[in-house]
Amino acid sequence: MDRAILSFFRSSRSKFSGDFIFEAVVGFFALSILVLAVLLFRELFIESGISRDTFGPGFLTASTWNPVSEVFGALPFIFGTLVSSFLALIIAVPFSLGIAIFLSELAPEKLRTPLSFIIELLAAVPSVIIGLWGIFILAPFIRDYLAPPLSTYLGFLPLFQGPMYGPSMLTAGVILAIMIVPITSSVSREVIMTVPTHQREAALALGATGWETTRIAVLPYARSGIFGAVILGFGRAIGETMAVTMVIGNSPRISESLFSPSYTMASVIANEFVEATSKLYISSLIEIGFLLLVISFMVNIAARILVWKLLKVEGGGVT
Amino acid sequence: MNRLKIVIILILAGVFLAGCVEQPSSVQPTATPTVQPTKAPATITLNGAGATFPYPLISKWSSEYNKIKPNIQINYQSVGSGAGIKQITARTVDFGASDAPLTEQEYSSVSGILQIPESIGAVVVAYNLPGIQKGVKLSGDVIADIFQGKITKWNDPKILSLNPGIQFPAKDIIVAHRSDGSGTTFVITDYLSAVSPDWKSNVGKGKSVNWPVGLGGKGNEGVAGLLSQNPYTIGYVELAYAKLQNISYAYIKNKAGKFIEPTLETTANAAAGAVPTLPAGDASWSSVSIVDAPGDNSYPIGSFTYFLVYKDQTDQAKGKLLAEFLWWAVHDGQKYSSELLYVPLPNDVISLNEKTIKLMNYNGQPVI
Repeated sequence: MDRAILSFFRSSRSKFSGDFIFEAVVGFFALSILVLAVLLFRELFIESGISRDTFGPGFLTASTWNPVSEVFGALPFIFGTLVSSFLALIIAVPFSLGIAIFLSELAPEKLRTPLSFIIELLAAVPSVIIGLWGIFILAPFIRDYLAPPLSTYLGFLPLFQGPMYGPSMLTAGVILAIMIVPITSSVSREVIMTVPTHQREAALALGATGWETTRIAVLPYARSGIFGAVILGFGRAIGETMAVTMVIGNSPRISESLFSPSYTMASVIANEFVEATSKLYISSLIEIGFLLLVISFMVNIAARILVWKLLKVEGGGVT
Repeated sequence: MNRLKIVIILILAGVFLAGCVEQPSSVQPTATPTVQPTKAPATITLNGAGATFPYPLISKWSSEYNKIKPNIQINYQSVGSGAGIKQITARTVDFGASDAPLTEQEYSSVSGILQIPESIGAVVVAYNLPGIQKGVKLSGDVIADIFQGKITKWNDPKILSLNPGIQFPAKDIIVAHRSDGSGTTFVITDYLSAVSPDWKSNVGKGKSVNWPVGLGGKGNEGVAGLLSQNPYTIGYVELAYAKLQNISYAYIKNKAGKFIEPTLETTANAAAGAVPTLPAGDASWSSVSIVDAPGDNSYPIGSFTYFLVYKDQTDQAKGKLLAEFLWWAVHDGQKYSSELLYVPLPNDVISLNEKTIKLMNYNGQPVI
């Protein structure tokens, strides 16, 4: 009798112990995010039905956006989103890497904590504040001090031709760069800090200089993590709405010049969704939201695949 | 391994159950009648949502009306006309507000809606020309040409001929427009469509349009920012905003051929001129417009802004309170307009509104 009870409790302990509840609870949390994502996809897909029926795949390649005659095409927005985000990466990655290397490898102990704290604080600035600063300080600055030398010395490139009024693709790229530097640099710093000290010691023992040590021992080791940090930044840039809307000029046209105003997918939704009343108009805006989600998803998946590939051939570090 | 399976099954069951629980509520339309304990002495809230343009005025009304009737709270969310129309359609608010009259399509989709002009707004053509103050004279077709990129220089002969005596620089014109959907854009494009067949066929009127040229700023402040930072820019903002921010604006040629400064008075003149053509409150107002109004002293770029309420109220007590508030707003409330730079309603429009408000009923019984 006693034994039977005891064995019952023994066997049930494994099933109904605290561990089991813990697993169920955290598992539920994890799965609920997945369910949320799926439902989000589903909802956006359903609500964009009218737009898909009307424009078909041509929605992706058409470049007219005319709410009056209800002809909608997403190409200028897709273009604006991707180009402004890439531009932000081009500007932000060197800065972020520099910050990360400085903070983890070179900065004196006293400086490290306050500096990284301040950089992370930058991420907490609301984007509408950054946007206002962009309108009143950054856009005029770029127009007056950055654009003239660019067009003088690099004006032979179509990228830097035409008039510059302040709000432009370039301004949006710079604003986005400022917004993604905190996340990219702090994640990169964390990753670099995880590089084992013996890597550095080995390189130094071989007679490497500080720069060589970073280059041959630290960066290759941290490569995939840094790449992940960059992708995190890219993800933030793609979805950023308010600050970009305030400085990009909101003109749905594709231009070669970075001085021209442009438009992003997130911006057009923010600008026009509130006052959109016709069904086709709303549906088209929702389809843009759907595309934005798909693009973010694809970027992240592509990044994962790249990281995996890099990991497989990982030969970095001093071995 | 087995335990893992059980965990997964349990989680899936949980998700499934959550889905089932959620199901009935999603089948129900989101009609959440904000049932308040009507007879109780507690405060009663009248909820409204809609256009951003009349928000300062409605806020003022809300606080003033609360002083008169302390048990009534007017809660207005300035979420945009489009969202306001959606919310009144779904009956999640007691009244809506819109800068533009309901389109034919919207009107037919919201049966039994009343449109009550509550105030009048004017839109000014604003510019930043160093050394040149307010009062540059412009006509509708010249503005349409500028906004379409057909006139590109400030010293274009068409601009010079309207403004003898003003020295214009040979600078490129930068066009600034609203990027967000807005009643302001509706009013100016409504005006340009009325005076320029070219504009009407190429661009048309709407809260968002496909701008042929220019930079888009978000909100009045966005356009004002573009104007203040870029010399030689032209754009459009609400009259109140231009006055408060000291932005230079143009005098516009009206239907009678006079160049009119935008003021509360000249805009009121335009509204008064349009009164004989106004429909009944329960009819469609889609063609109502006071742009390019007749009259020697009428400013041509303005618009009514509307309250939207249902003719058939579903709650007798609340319907009565709502009607009383609307009645107060279009009568006593009008005296707060001028200080906030809104145009008070002309008397004829007020008497039209009286008839409209009296149409509000509960089960066929007028609520007021």
